[in-house]
Amino acid sequence: MKVLVAMSGGVDSSVAAALLLEQGHEVTGATMRLWGGPSDTGCCSVADVDDARRVAQQLGIDHFVFNFSAAFQAGVVDPYVDSHVGGHTPNPCVECNRTIKFDRFARRAEALGFDAIATGHHARVTTENGAWTLRRGVDAAKDQSYVLHMLDQAVLSRTLLPVGELTKADVRDRATAMGLRTAAKPDSQDVCFITRGGRAAFLADRVALTRGVLVDTVGEAVGHVPAIQLVTVGQRRGLGLGGGGEARYALAVDTAAGTVTVGQAADLAVDRLQVASMAWTDGAVEGRVLVQTSAHGQPRPATVEPSGAGVRVKLDAPARRVAPGQSVVLYDGDRVLGGGAAG
Amino acid sequence: MEAYLDHAATTPLRPEARDAMLPWLGGRHGNPSGMHGPAQTARRAVEEARDELAELLGCRPGDVIFTSGGTEADNLAVHGRSAAGPMACSSIEHHAVLEPVRAAGGRTLPVGADGVVDVGAVPADLRFLSVMLVNNEIGVVQPLAALRAAAPDAVLHTDAVQSVTWLDVGTAAAPADLVSISAHKFGGPQGVGALVARDGAGVTAQLLGGGQERERRSGTQNVAGIAGMAAALRACHDSRAATVARLAVLRDRLADGLLGMVPGSIETGDRAAKVAGICSVAFEDVDAEALLVLLDQQGVSGSAGASCASGALEASHVLAALGVPPSLGRGSLRLSLGWDTEEAEVDHALAAVPAAVARLRRYEP
Repeated sequence: MKVLVAMSGGVDSSVAAALLLEQGHEVTGATMRLWGGPSDTGCCSVADVDDARRVAQQLGIDHFVFNFSAAFQAGVVDPYVDSHVGGHTPNPCVECNRTIKFDRFARRAEALGFDAIATGHHARVTTENGAWTLRRGVDAAKDQSYVLHMLDQAVLSRTLLPVGELTKADVRDRATAMGLRTAAKPDSQDVCFITRGGRAAFLADRVALTRGVLVDTVGEAVGHVPAIQLVTVGQRRGLGLGGGGEARYALAVDTAAGTVTVGQAADLAVDRLQVASMAWTDGAVEGRVLVQTSAHGQPRPATVEPSGAGVRVKLDAPARRVAPGQSVVLYDGDRVLGGGAAG
Repeated sequence: MEAYLDHAATTPLRPEARDAMLPWLGGRHGNPSGMHGPAQTARRAVEEARDELAELLGCRPGDVIFTSGGTEADNLAVHGRSAAGPMACSSIEHHAVLEPVRAAGGRTLPVGADGVVDVGAVPADLRFLSVMLVNNEIGVVQPLAALRAAAPDAVLHTDAVQSVTWLDVGTAAAPADLVSISAHKFGGPQGVGALVARDGAGVTAQLLGGGQERERRSGTQNVAGIAGMAAALRACHDSRAATVARLAVLRDRLADGLLGMVPGSIETGDRAAKVAGICSVAFEDVDAEALLVLLDQQGVSGSAGASCASGALEASHVLAALGVPPSLGRGSLRLSLGWDTEEAEVDHALAAVPAAVARLRRYEP
């Protein structure tokens, strides 16, 4: 097949390109420029593009750079900021996969005549009887199926995730054996487009951060925070409520009213989750599932039922509340069924 | 079928240039600044090249400062003169002029939709003005004589990097005090160029060291490159009339063909003001980045706008200055012809480009 592999300049996508070549595919590399200037830090830095280009040259494949910065701004950065303004907790990696890697990039690949795209994600795509399945990667500690939950049949049928069959250690060993210059490069961390000054500085540059009043569960003011847009449901630290008594947590954030409701750990427990809209990998599912609510969270047994445009997830045992905006992903064993954002 | 239509990016080396370089890539060596025989031979090659450039560029040999290319020549012109007072450049300069002028606090001058700088907008009090002789993206020739008259007290610099193939720079750049050229744009090698600093238009050295080039540009001269540049300039000069006549016909066929075959296309810049070899067009609802990859798959080498440090395409400041709307500007294409361009290459591009545009509009609207 003619495959366009998204090469970030990291070790996983470098090895992905190498594996596809070994498998006999006709491979071309491409690096997306999404953010940032010519600095040498952060995502899509010139140094990362250089690494990707050098690996492509080493492998003897063509390499292109695509400037998708406008699409990234509109599809990832703006929604990230809006989500914080609304008191939610965004997951920009999910939105990047949804709007950039598996949409903008995939459409570009199709336009250029490629049969499939590939990335260095740790997850697997399998097929049986004409149906495509997204599965967890072999390396449980590095599994990234959670952030790929939105991939549907059309996308899965044109997607290859070769490193999902390997552990991270195997990936590095392969890269070392091939002498790829990215072999020892550290894993990427956190939100790629936030490099200096962290989340607070990033948001403060773009929107007004406003004071929020902390109220307890009976509505009594008990304190305040300087920037309500930075508060996440479930957060304990940074609320200024340390000192004596039982630890207190953010239970709900209402940026319109300017209030954060706080309570004790027991108040965070919920036995059901509401998901407003779902993306299914192969059609809607009801009944018994495993539900995962963070990138490397524990999958919990639950029952799912339709609810409006989304679903209601009834947990077998109560669990900690999920911050609105975080992805709720449903599994059957290691198979991804679908997912959506917690309401 | 290969169609190399990116001569404005770099040209294939002319055989005359290669022949002039070869002795310096093997048998001969010598630092032109030395005392001994090999050094004197190298010095002679540099000075013969300087004489050749002076004759063909219409200046004195002592006015020629050899540099590492167009960017260094432009920077030397701007930074070597920037202490003098108010300065400006056109808004469609190459970044090699735009960035140093901005860094020195200069302003930019508007251009019309035809791609010609607005002479009426030139402030009379300028002490330094830089306007390119031929624009690299759209090929439009700029009115140096009128600019000279509009800024009588200014030192006038012209980036003539894109001109040499098409114009007799000695005549066309005569109004300018400082003239930049780059060898690889006219059949010479990469990594060598020159700044002409006419009588009195002295420049302050930016590279300090051994005092070569009459203390205006230190560093051992690139003897092979300089010899190659002079030979390329001579070959270019001797064949210019025929080349221009031949390529103007091919360019017109290419541009007219594309505009006629591709709906939603425009020509950027006024054809009547362009040099012979530049075909610059823009297509609605097309991403130039994808277009260039598709054309590359068909063996057609073209370009669009400018690339950033990572190699990604950036929006063209030239097309923006012309007032081309972003919906068209993002779909720009420059096909540039040169000394070895053949008719079959143009025919190939005429088949490949409309098909690629149609495909992109279908898949990536």
